[in-house]
Amino acid sequence: MDPSQKEKSFLSEVLQAGGETIQACYQCQKCSAGCPVAFAMDILPNQILRHIQFDHRERVLSSKTIWICASCYSCSVRCPNNIDIAKIMGTLRTLSIHSGFKLGEKDIPIFHSVFLDAIKSKGRIHELSLILQLKSKTRDFFKDAALGLKMYRKGMIKLFPSKFAGGREIKEIFNAYEKGERR
Amino acid sequence: MKEISYYPGCSLHGTAREYDDSIRGVSSLLDIQLHELEDWTCCGASSAHCTNEELAIDLAARNLAIAEKSDRELLVPCVACYSRFKTAENELKEHSKKSRFSYQGKVSIRYALDFFCSEPILEEVKKKRTKPLAGLKVVCYYGCLTVRPPKLTGIHEYENPQHMDHLMECMGVEPFQWSYKTDCCGASLVMTRTDIVRKLGQRLLSMAKEAEADCLVTGCPMCQANLDTRQEELEKESGEKYDLPILYFTELMGLALGHKDVKKWLGRHITDPIKVLSAKGLI
Repeated sequence: MDPSQKEKSFLSEVLQAGGETIQACYQCQKCSAGCPVAFAMDILPNQILRHIQFDHRERVLSSKTIWICASCYSCSVRCPNNIDIAKIMGTLRTLSIHSGFKLGEKDIPIFHSVFLDAIKSKGRIHELSLILQLKSKTRDFFKDAALGLKMYRKGMIKLFPSKFAGGREIKEIFNAYEKGERR
Repeated sequence: MKEISYYPGCSLHGTAREYDDSIRGVSSLLDIQLHELEDWTCCGASSAHCTNEELAIDLAARNLAIAEKSDRELLVPCVACYSRFKTAENELKEHSKKSRFSYQGKVSIRYALDFFCSEPILEEVKKKRTKPLAGLKVVCYYGCLTVRPPKLTGIHEYENPQHMDHLMECMGVEPFQWSYKTDCCGASLVMTRTDIVRKLGQRLLSMAKEAEADCLVTGCPMCQANLDTRQEELEKESGEKYDLPILYFTELMGLALGHKDVKKWLGRHITDPIKVLSAKGLI
């Protein structure tokens, strides 16, 4: 495919996946002004919308911003054009994972994949297993170790996962998705 | 006696055990019988909706389909689970999405804070409280998904919600109005970008202290953990003193209704709430 054509399809791809009215954005910047995590972003939310309008696929999908977004929906409820920006960020995360571009954040996507593996294997999240698994993937073994010990002493940490039957059904759902089966 | 189905969710079987215990305790004092959903599974938060929307709907719909086997409402204490369920409900009903599980959309999904702040429960609390929690000053912290997006939560006052404040008043607690009621705590970013969560936490704790609150009250396990567990390291960073207990609203309800296990629930917090409550003669 001609690269310019591929670039052009990004806006429609996001629209199709997210069903939002990105074109309505007139850059009032209310989303970015109220965003609690804007300080950690490399591209502000209003700029993300502009980049999408200009079909800057790689710039958007390899940004830190789409992972830093905490999905708090402050932007979505304040947008004068009713653009659900938080939902668009979710759509962009999904597109980013399948894009083949280098992801803008390292550990956050790892966290999500470890989290999903944990649901798949047990059906419920067992927090301690999740944290240990995350540490083994991010190689950050000592972070919050002292806090973990304090929480253990307070009885906040459950050592073993609970046993129940629903786990098998969950495994089947995941297997179906991994095989690419649709409903 | 009112009967209601109950989906505790993963956190309430782990770090948020005292939220689970206090909901069960308070419910029994208010003649509400909880029926834990049989064989429930994870709702998919924090991650399924980031990678695969259909999977996210299925993980939620499985639990909703189990709940639909009875006519009871479904009580959901974790706001992340609540938001996933409401999103799935909306996608299935309004956007004709499909799920592997047959769910007709009949279950009334009730977030625990909304449920316990409803008029009939407030009346019960006023009737049954054993002591007014006089002299206790709090800030109500609603967080994000409790109120947003309003098309899912149905909360009209999403910039300045009042329902938790009303509940506090019914128990004799004095809620301060502050501007950070619905600001974000950073949620699951704590696992990977702790720096961001520290900054958000610092701002919330500082503002709560500036409002001269004795403690901060919440109905979200993520907010509770993020604000409760890191105060010592935040104090070292900022040089400010916080020492601000972060309570679940159900723990204060337990205290007002005279539940015998309140001390046990409160004992599981990292920032000690018992000190300030006993100084006020409330425990």
